[in-house]
Parts: sequence; structure tokens; C-alpha cells
Amino acid sequence: MSFGPKLFLALMEGTVSAFVLALTALGLSIVFGVMRVVNVAHGEFFMLGAVLAWAFSSLIPDMPAAGFALALAGSPIIVGAIAVSADRLVLRRLNYGPEATIVATIGLLYIIQQIVLMTYGPDARPVQPPINFRIVFPWFGYSGYKLVVVAASAVLLAATWFVMMCTRLGLVMRATQFDRETAQAFGIPVDRVYSLTFALGAALACIAGVLIVPIQQAHYLMGLDPLLLSFIVVIVGGLGSLRGTVVAAFVIGISEGVISVFFSATLAKIIATLFVALVLIFRPAGLFGGKRS
Amino acid sequence: MNDPNMRRALLFHLGVVLLLFVLQFVLPAYHHTNFARIMVLACYAIGYNILVGYTGLMSLGHAMFFAAGLYGAGLTIHYFGLPAPVGFMLGILAGTGLAIAVGLVALRTSGVSFMIVTMMIAQACYLATLYFGSVTRGDEGIVLRPEARRGIFFSLPFDLSNPAIRFNLALILFAVCIFGALALVRSEFGRVLVAVRENEERTRLLGYDTNRYKLLALAASGAMAGAAGAMYVLLFSYFGSTFASIEYSILPLLWVLLGGAGTVVGPFVGTLLMFYIAEFSSEYTSAYKLVVGVVLVLLVLFFPKGIAGSLRERYAPWLP
Repeated sequence: MSFGPKLFLALMEGTVSAFVLALTALGLSIVFGVMRVVNVAHGEFFMLGAVLAWAFSSLIPDMPAAGFALALAGSPIIVGAIAVSADRLVLRRLNYGPEATIVATIGLLYIIQQIVLMTYGPDARPVQPPINFRIVFPWFGYSGYKLVVVAASAVLLAATWFVMMCTRLGLVMRATQFDRETAQAFGIPVDRVYSLTFALGAALACIAGVLIVPIQQAHYLMGLDPLLLSFIVVIVGGLGSLRGTVVAAFVIGISEGVISVFFSATLAKIIATLFVALVLIFRPAGLFGGKRS
Repeated sequence: MNDPNMRRALLFHLGVVLLLFVLQFVLPAYHHTNFARIMVLACYAIGYNILVGYTGLMSLGHAMFFAAGLYGAGLTIHYFGLPAPVGFMLGILAGTGLAIAVGLVALRTSGVSFMIVTMMIAQACYLATLYFGSVTRGDEGIVLRPEARRGIFFSLPFDLSNPAIRFNLALILFAVCIFGALALVRSEFGRVLVAVRENEERTRLLGYDTNRYKLLALAASGAMAGAAGAMYVLLFSYFGSTFASIEYSILPLLWVLLGGAGTVVGPFVGTLLMFYIAEFSSEYTSAYKLVVGVVLVLLVLFFPKGIAGSLRERYAPWLP
């Protein structure tokens, strides 16, 4: 393949991963923004989404589309319920102290990972895409399902945006983010808002996992990469800024896709992690975050 | 020395070291090796504790300093054929140097940002060990040749694969680290570190250059991690990328929290306990990580002071 088509392919791959990354990182960003909790187990919610998608679709092996729809509806509910119980049983008792919650979510990461290993096993398993068509370009064919991923992610990003900005729930969440105590004084059930926020963040990561699994097989260790990438995105975009998170997800997702087509993927990751450390040190508000602290 | 608490603390830690010395004559071969390993890893944890327990800076990337010692010693011995003691010194140097370099940039942040920055830099180091796989052999790692672990030290011949030599070298390093830590936290320097942990603003107000103190604490911590890494490769001959991975940054955190952050003997207690908990649980299930996770969650929920910390609170206020 010559340079032009190769770049085109890299850009398309980058766009797909950027959308999925935006979804995952948005979940992390909302949790951090509202609750000030750095959720190290966020990648495991992504992994649970992928594994549950496999479980749901193997319930109805003959109809991949129906199984996939079931996974899309069922997995976020299960993962949301896990997140709510983690919040109630662990995080709330720690009073959301920043360092204690990091240690606790590291523990949670190990627990989820190991339980999946013990039940689902160490194999990587594929899931049938719900639709099967290929878009044929003059240089290469491209899986149509990837466009579905892009569309679904875009819809979900918009929906999350709508919930945060135009509904009462979003208003309450933003009020809690702005000032927890005043919000409580105004009668907002802060505890319930926190549980819901944690569940929403987990559900976003979970849906990203469901969407990715027909492209990338489900495996119990698959959570680490999206976790690190989400960290990178959330930090570069500015901690707690949702708009910054989405912008950064596109910049990083697409450039990572392009770099890893032309250079070594490991080198791309080294550059990205060092870059993010430097951003956090020298521009703690993020590159796109602007004023929001 | 006139302070009775100081004398009691000294005697207590001397007792721990003596007990370990005596243990080598009674332990069966299998546990003999385990204890050598535990003592080396405990040095890593003691170093980590100086940072997290006494200075109040939680790093999530300490594996890079451990790995710096590991690779600093391992690579020079393997490729340049340096004698083992020289490699050991280079390992300490690598750990300390990296800690100072990282500290100069990372200490501009604090709290959660510091945790994430150290984690990211450590991740970059881990990826670097994979990227330069032609030298480091990545995940597969390198096993030192037997002849690289033999040599003559001040006209005394030694062989590091000999169990007795291995145990006692580990014990010497452990004794140096534990008494070093004891001296450090009892010194004026150590008291300033605790002051930084309790209230950095106020310490700065009193005229202390807190940034310099934090950098020195990180350097001391990195030196111990580097020493532990270098000793590890000398005694157990294998080094690979796994030791630089995030898991090896989480482990010292776990050991220190379990044993008791901010106590000198705590990191050793935590390492010993966790090592054998993992050992026993792996006999029944493959769920080593599940145990780690559950212990972490239970510790932060119900037992934030750890074993030695709780003992100090109830029975032994003199414990440093």
C-alpha cells in the first residue's frame, strides 16, 4: 500500500479508537469531576463490558444481532450495579479520601480481574459482530461494523452531554461537583448522587467494552490499556473538564492510531506516557482545560 | 543513648536482626531461600516507607527505582563482565540517580498528581525495557551466568549461589537498611520529614526548604530500592521486565500498608506476612491477586495503621 491509502487507513482506525476512548475516558472524567475519585479500576469495568458481551452473545449463538443488543442493554446494568455496591461498601466508608480511594480501587482492580480469570478463564474469545458488511475502497476493504461503533459512540457521547447539561440529574451532579456541602444543604441527596455518578462512569466504560469486543477479543487483562489511555486523556484534557476530555480523546486517539501504524506501538506509548507526566507537572489544568480546576 | 525509648527501639531492632541470624540455622532449605528473598524485598519496602510513611508522599511508580537497581547491576555484570560488588554499587547509583532525576520534575506536584505522575513515568520505564528488548530481552529476561556470580572480594573468594552466603548477604543489606532507616527517622532530618507529612505549609513557614527535604527523602528511598534491586539480581540471578511493571509498584505499597506505614519494622512484617499469605493461598487456589485485592481493600477500610502501627498505638508507644 502506498503512503496515501495507508494514512487514510490509519486515520480511520484512529477515529474508531478515538470514539471508544472518548467514551471510556468520559466515564473516568465524570467520576473524577463529581466525586474527586481517581478510579484505578475503571479499565476493569471496560473489560467486564467485553466479557459480559461475550457471555450474553453466547446465550443466543444463532442470532448475533439479538445477542449483541441484549449485551448492550444488559451489561451496563450489571456493571452499574457492581459500581454502586463498590461505592456503598468501600468508597463511601473511606469518605472519598483521595489516597485511600486509589488504594481501594487498586484492590478492586485485582479482585475483579481475578474473579473474571477464575470464572471466564485465561482465553481471549471473539464475539460475532451484529452486522456483516464490508465497505470496499479501491485499496482495501473495511469492516462496516467499525462505522457502527463510531455512530453508537457519537450518540452516547451526545446523550451523556445532554444528561449532564440539560436534565435535572445533570444539574444536581454539577451542583455536587461545584460544592458538595452547599449542595447537601440545599437538600440534594449527595450520597445517592455519588453512587449514581460512579455507576454512570462505570456504565460508560462498560458500553465502550461491549462496542469494542467484536473488533478486539474479550480477555481478562484487556482493561489496562484503556485505563492508561483514559488517564492520559483525562489529564491532558484537564482534570474534571468534560469538554477537554472529549477533545483530548480525539487528539490522542487519532494520533496514537497514526503513530502506531507508522512507528512502533511501544514507542508511541512511551512518548504518550512521558508527555502526560510532563503535562501534569507543568500544565496541571490540562492543555485544553482552560480555567476549570 | 540516654533516652530510654531510643535504647528500647535499638534493642528491639537488634533483636529482630539477631532472630533472623539465628533462623538460618533452623530453617529448612525451602524457607531458607524464601527468607533471603523476603529480606531483600523488605529493604525495597523500607525504602518505600521512608517516602510514603514518613514524608507522606505516595508514589505509584517505585518499581522504576527497583528496576533501575536490577538492570543497573544485571546489565553491567552480564554485558561488561564487571565483578558483582561493582555491579551492586552501580545498581544503587542507578536507583539513586533515577530517583533524583524523577524527583526534580515530579516533586513539583503533590498528592494525587504525584501518584499519577510517578505511575506514568514508571510505565514509560517499563515500556522502555520492552522497547530495548534486544538488550534487556524484555519479558523473557536474562539469567546471570554462574561464573558472573563468583569472584573475589578483598581476597575472599565467594559464590553467590551458596545458600549461606546468600542468606547472610541479604541479612547484611537488611540490617543496614533497617538501622539506616532507624537512624534516619530519629535524626533531625527525619523529624522534618514527619513535619512535612503532617503539615507542609507550616514546615515551610518555620524556614525549612521542604522541596529539598522531599527530594532527599526520594533519593534515600530510591537508593534503598536500587540496593534491593541490585541485591535481588545478584542473589537470585534473574532479571526481566516484570520487575519494572506496575505490579511491582503496588506490592511495596501493599507490604507497607499491611505492616504499618510510618514504622521502621512494619515494612518487614508486611513483606513477610504477604509473602506467606500468597504462598499458602496459591496452594489452594490460583487466586493470588484476589487475595492481594481483598487485603488492600480491607486494610484501607478497617486497618489503615497496619500491624506495627496498631501495636504502637496500643502497647508500644516507643516503637519508631
